[in-house]
Amino acid sequence: MLQILFDALSLGSLYALGALGIALIFGVMRLVNFAHGDVIAFCVFALLWPSTDAMAIVFAGQLPWYLLLPFVLLCGAGLSVLCEIVVFRRFRQANPATMMIASFALGFVIRYFLLMLFSSRPKSISLLPELSQPVEILGARLPLLQLITIVATMVILIGLTLFLRQTRFGLEMRAAAENFSMARMLGVRANRVIMGAFALSGALAAAIALIFGAQTGTLDIQMGASIMLMAFIATVIGGLGSLGGAVLAGFLLGAASVIMQVMLPIDARPFRDAFVYGAVILVLLFRPQGLIAARGTKERI
Amino acid sequence: MSLLALSDITIRYSRLTAVRNVSFSMDEGEILFITGPNGAGKSSLLRAIAGVTPVAGGRIDLAGHEITGQAPENIARLGFSMVPEGRDVFGSLTTEENLLVGTGMHARERGWRSRAADELEAVYATFPMLKERRHGQAGLLSGGQQQMLVIGRALMTNPRLVAIDEPSLGLAPNINDQVYERLIALRAQRQLTLLIVEQSSARAMMVGGRMILMRGGQIVLDGDARTLGNGEAIQAAYFGYEDN
Repeated sequence: MLQILFDALSLGSLYALGALGIALIFGVMRLVNFAHGDVIAFCVFALLWPSTDAMAIVFAGQLPWYLLLPFVLLCGAGLSVLCEIVVFRRFRQANPATMMIASFALGFVIRYFLLMLFSSRPKSISLLPELSQPVEILGARLPLLQLITIVATMVILIGLTLFLRQTRFGLEMRAAAENFSMARMLGVRANRVIMGAFALSGALAAAIALIFGAQTGTLDIQMGASIMLMAFIATVIGGLGSLGGAVLAGFLLGAASVIMQVMLPIDARPFRDAFVYGAVILVLLFRPQGLIAARGTKERI
Repeated sequence: MSLLALSDITIRYSRLTAVRNVSFSMDEGEILFITGPNGAGKSSLLRAIAGVTPVAGGRIDLAGHEITGQAPENIARLGFSMVPEGRDVFGSLTTEENLLVGTGMHARERGWRSRAADELEAVYATFPMLKERRHGQAGLLSGGQQQMLVIGRALMTNPRLVAIDEPSLGLAPNINDQVYERLIALRAQRQLTLLIVEQSSARAMMVGGRMILMRGGQIVLDGDARTLGNGEAIQAAYFGYEDN
């Protein structure tokens, strides 16, 4: 029972962090960023030295954790901000559909860049192997990593909440997410807020990359896509642009996946995701605006 | 030199011309009403000054700087503060957070925090009701309270020119009187320059000052509100429009 709870929480953590990265950017510029998954993949491969060999040549992955963490987080934030400056800045005035297509294209560019450097073969890596040891809590044996995933996610969520509530930059971001042009008329700098949102979103992608990389031990250029699909769904059922909703829906999706994995009859288990998506459709039928509807449907910029 | 000068401003929304070759200027300390029926281009003009609506032609100068085509955040830094139509309160933020959003633009200056705190107290002194609700969600305030909040929010940036788009919109007449009472008191207190858009010229005649009447994207009358209000010209300009 406890095992199920922890499975649900740790899977939900990944979805919640992914959904948050999408919701942050959607909030300030109404962009559904399909390149987010590829930013995750980029962060994972930042651990390796570029080579097309089947054997992974670990580079940054060897660093002790206190250097590894900032390195990967900076990679994510840096790439994300770069995407904003090079690509999305030129689409600010464009309609959301155009921006979305641009993000698709950008995602492919990042993915094929990785493909060129690393080939499409999945590579195995043992990232922070000391974390895979089991610990015993209340009679359940859990991998330490699962515990750390949950704790790290909580720390990130609390940190982000404090950042948004207590700092001036957070205040400006919340104001801009609700009504961008009003915020600008009050002197809030559009570029600063948008770059901040991209940096945060990229750092969240990096956090997912680390957790996912450590959990699975295999690196694959497609790996961002699988989490991102669920994360997108979480942002939508959470209420696009609502950060709280995205996190809640991420955890709910994680729970739904794990519970169905356990409860469904054996024969139906391979189709688990179909049941999860079915549940998603049901939720959207009854709450098309999402669980927590976001404020501020005013036009952007 | 005038504080605000518009020359030959034209604003287009794709094929529709909302404002056609409009020029006027305002001096420091002046109060100017822009009135006119729906669709006259009043709001478009304010939004163009604020930098949120692009102009198709002409030039705007504020406090000695050309601001045509500038970003709204830079225009705000030159001392222009806008209270848009429909108020645009940040509903999910608290009352106090709404007031504080605009103070960040002075963050590079020394002592801005204490000045922002002083400014906050000054706004609370003018609108004590805002202080009572300071930690409450701004979206839950009544229409009149929200109007006071956005006026307070506009003042927090310590502006030289405050533009207000239809402060009367959706407010009960007695609440509207209160809003104007405060505005006039504030103007005397801080030597504010006020640019107010209203559909009705009645308020302008009551308050006094200068009035510009617009129709079909052009200025049809420009003069003292009280003398204009008594003339027949204004009736002709308003022909077919019911005064509220």
